[in-house]
Parts: sequence; structure tokens; C-alpha cells
Amino acid sequence: MAKRIDVADLDIYYGAFKAVEDVSLSVEPRSVTAFIGPSGCGKSTVLRSLNRMHEVIPGAYVDGNVLLDGQDIYASDVDPVNVRRTIGMVFQRPNPFPTMSIYENVIAGLRLEGGKRRKGEMDDVVEKSLRGANLWEEVKDRLSRPGSGLSGGQQQRLCIARAIAVEPQVLLMDEPCSALDPISTLAIEDLIEELKERFTIVIVTHNMQQAARVSDTTGFFNLSGVGKPGRLVEMAPTETMFSTPTQQATEDYISGRFG
Amino acid sequence: MSTQPPVSPAPDERVESDRLLHDALAGGKLPRWAAPAAGVASLVLAFGLNVVTFVDGVAGTLVVAALLFATIQTGWSFAVEGRRHAVDRLATTLVYTTFLVALAPLVAILLTVVVRGLKALDLDFLLTSMRGVSPRAEGGGVYHAIIGTLEQVGIAAMIGIPLGIMTAIYLVEYAAQARSRRLARAVSFFVDVMTGVPSVVVGLFIYTAFVLTLGMERSGFAAALALTILMIPVVVRSTEEMLRIVPRDLREAAYALGIPKWRTILKVVLPTALGGIVTGAMLAVARIAGETAPLLLTTFMTTSINWNPFAGPQAALPTFIWDQFNSGTDASQDRAWAAALVLITIVMVLYLTAKIIARFTGVKR
Repeated sequence: MAKRIDVADLDIYYGAFKAVEDVSLSVEPRSVTAFIGPSGCGKSTVLRSLNRMHEVIPGAYVDGNVLLDGQDIYASDVDPVNVRRTIGMVFQRPNPFPTMSIYENVIAGLRLEGGKRRKGEMDDVVEKSLRGANLWEEVKDRLSRPGSGLSGGQQQRLCIARAIAVEPQVLLMDEPCSALDPISTLAIEDLIEELKERFTIVIVTHNMQQAARVSDTTGFFNLSGVGKPGRLVEMAPTETMFSTPTQQATEDYISGRFG
Repeated sequence: MSTQPPVSPAPDERVESDRLLHDALAGGKLPRWAAPAAGVASLVLAFGLNVVTFVDGVAGTLVVAALLFATIQTGWSFAVEGRRHAVDRLATTLVYTTFLVALAPLVAILLTVVVRGLKALDLDFLLTSMRGVSPRAEGGGVYHAIIGTLEQVGIAAMIGIPLGIMTAIYLVEYAAQARSRRLARAVSFFVDVMTGVPSVVVGLFIYTAFVLTLGMERSGFAAALALTILMIPVVVRSTEEMLRIVPRDLREAAYALGIPKWRTILKVVLPTALGGIVTGAMLAVARIAGETAPLLLTTFMTTSINWNPFAGPQAALPTFIWDQFNSGTDASQDRAWAAALVLITIVMVLYLTAKIIARFTGVKR
């Protein structure tokens, strides 16, 4: 079910501005890959280009290849909507739909993509997804309450439940814990460890301890200079990356001697 | 950390330093009854002036009392509490006064309409037309005008609200793409222009275009078209504002689930903004429900019931009020006020119904 991603020679543009240059990387199925790097270095942009979410911004486009199990997701006959059904995403700030209950939030993807399903089937999906996001025990008695009434950490897990309810192959997470307290962060990190069994996960984080804790592979992004595009400096197994990085810039960043 | 206890100063010294600290933190303060007392004093003074000088009437007395209140309270506060508190009290007085002044006409209108409108308002008034009732005679009613207003405003709302909402959706959700930006700017500009067109001109336009050029007869439908033109810009602007404050996050969350754009707009963006959209649409309805000039040009008036909005003149509440008020007799003036009360009630009921519906379908709290 989980699929691999191969990126080759990817340049990402916002209009005339080249935000990211020459990124090539591979993401193994059923693994956690972390992107680290300073703000504005393009790691979120790269993440968003993996399911064509950056195209939501007018004028954004890419040059290069992103292959999902060998299939180019930027091929001219590929529908971005279908790409996003296959490659789900969790955002920095929890964003449950405010007009919907917890139950409706979880099945939003299934219901709004147009398929007709029986009520019993929906109930199963809701329970399975909420259990998958470690939220079921906390909300099972109030599924009809609004999702916005939950705490920040619970809302984020609700968003994860919503994302895995559509059964994606890959799950992208854009700083999923940066708006959360340490306890909620721990809950999400434990969850990532479990989700890894079923999904390919790519996570952007500002927290290097987090990258070290949850990821199998780490990629370090950096700007090549002020006003210049960001690039992938180094990518390696997380242990190697945090013990013996090959690039000086990586070592400086990881050890906090950045700049 | 030093292990020795701090040397406590001599008792006298401590009292002295406490007093200094207290003086630095505390300040003069008017008693709690200061504001009411100043109010009573200025009212008494104003009435005194009323007796001995040129100040005249209730309104004049109140204005003088307000000025006196501001002066007394600010001066007193300045003397006791200092400059910052005095300015604070003056600003507070100004804010409350402007609020009351702004509220006064609203309350006055509602009171007048209710008091004068109730005189002629009964079930008969609601259920009979003016057919065969002379202006001087009592009796008659607004049945024909209620039918006309509901039909005309209803048709206008059915055409205008969807058009307005869809225009706003285009402007907010689709016009961001570079190639349609020029069209969007043009649409936006003409919506602004439409807001500024006087309603009588819109009436003239419909009269010229539909009655003179196309040869249609004057009808409730022609009136509804004029009202539609008047309500579209209001709906567009209010809906646009509401759509713009729907967070980008929500749209992205929906896209990331593989939900197509049109469904995202329909099922996520619109429901989130529903409360504000409904309010804007109902304000537009309220605005056109009271329009008189375009109706006179497009459907004219009648004293009879006409259920068919597509043929023949049709009455409406605003034109009924205008006509009855023009007749100038006591009976017709009472009818005008009663009709005004009916019009306000209809708008209020529509507004409240829409708000209740929006409350149960929009953002959950």
C-alpha cells in the first residue's frame, strides 16, 4: 500500500522567483523522512510540491520529475486532485472544518470526493481512522460535537484522522507539532511511529530533536545565499546525519553553530 | 545567594519608604458617585438655565446638560485625579454621547411607527385591499400591497442573491489566476459603480429597456428586475468580504484531502461564511423592500389585488405608503403608518428567519 517517491532535478518557481533549485531525493516506502533547515530554505515548498499543493498559489510551477512508484505525478494527463487523494497532507496549524462535527470532519474527504457509501461503512471508517490517530478513546462519546471544540493537540490528531481516512499511500506533514505543547507533541510523535507501519511519511520540522527521534532518513535544506534559491545540502540516514555529517553546513546547523 | 537574613531597616525608615512607594503608585481618585452626581448637577443646572435664559425646550436642555456634564466631570477629575484621568473621562463621555445620538433616530422611528401604525392595524387591514375605498373613508387595507411586495421582492431575491453570491465567488475564488485578473478588476469596478446608481435611474432604465423598447407592459416583474439591479452590488460586496475572511488553511485542508475545488467552495468555504452571507443578503432585501421610486416607474400602483406579477400594475407597500400619505386625510395617514409598520415587520421577520436558519447550518460553536 505505501509507495516510494523519487524526486529528480526538481526546480520550484513562484512566478519568476526560483524558490528551490536542483533537488533530487528518494523516499522509501514505510519509512519516516524528515526535512530540516532554517526558515525560508524551501523545505515546506519541496514538501508541498510532492502532492502538487504548492500549485494552489497562483503562478507556482515546477521543472523536473516527481515519481510516485515510477509514475510521474506532473505528467500532463495526471489530475492534481487524484494526486492529493493518494498523497495526503497534515498542516502546521490544526485546521478542522468549523462547520462540521468530529464525525463529519473525519469522513469529509470520503464524502466530499463524491463517492456514495453506506452509513455503517462510514461508522467503521470513522472508528478506524480515529483509532489510527489515537483519538478514539477521547472523543468516542462526543462524535457529533464540533471539531473546533477540541484542544489543539486533539484537533491536530483529528486532522491526521481526517487525512488517513481517505487511505492515502503517503502522508506529508508540514511542521505538525510546531503549534502544540510538549505533551501533545509526544502524542503525535508516538502516532508517527505507528503510522509508519502503513504509510510512507515525510515530515518537515524545525525541531532537530524531533527529527532525530522520529525519522529514519533526514534531509538538510539550506539557502545558497540571500535571495538565492534553497537547495538540498545533504540527505542521509538519520543516525549518520546527526553523528557524522559530510557537509560542514550540516554540522554547523545541527550543532547550533549556524550562520 | 547570601545565607544571612537581610538587615531590616529601623521601623521609622521602613514606614517612610512604604509611604514613598505608596505615593508613587497611588493617585487621587474621584468617589464612585462622582459621575451620577455630576449628571444630576448638570441636569439641575440646565433646567435652571431653562427658566432664566434663552435655553428652550427639551432638546436644548438636554444638549446644555450634556455640555455641562462634560465640563463639570472633566474639570473635577482634572483637579483631583490629574490630566490622564480627565482625558479618559472626557473621551468616555464623548463615546457614550455619540452612541446615544446615533441610536436616538432609530428608537424614535421604531416608536413612532409602532405607536401611529397600531391605530389602523387590525386583521381586516391585513386581509382587504383598497378597492372601492375612497381616501377619506376609513377601512380598506394592504392585502394587495403585501402580495405585491412579497412577489416583487421574492423574485428580485431569487434572481439577485444567486447572481450576487456567484459573482463574489468568481471574484474571490477564481479571479486570483493571472489571466482573469483584468476581468475581475472590471467586474469589481462596475459593481462599485452599480452601488452608486440612484434607484430612480435604475427604474428609468428598466422602464426604457423593457417597457418602451421590448414592449412589455408595466408589471410587478419589471419592478422586480429593477430591484434585482439594486440588490446585486450589495450582495456581491458583502459576500466578497465574508469569503475573504475564510482562512486559507481550510481551503488547503480540503484540497489536501483530494476534494475538487468546486466541492471545496460548496461544502467548506460557503458553509463557513454562511452567517455573514445571509446577513448581507438580508440587508440587501431590506434595502430593496423599501424602494419606492423604481416601483412607480415600472409597475405603478393599483388599489386592486393582482396576483400575477407578469401582467398589469401591481401594488406594493412602499408605493401604498406614498399614495396614502399623499391623500392627506386622517384615515389615509393612519393607513400609511400601519403599512409602514407592516413593511418593517415583514423585513424583521425575514431577517430573523434567515439568521435562525444560518445559525443551525453554519459554523458550529
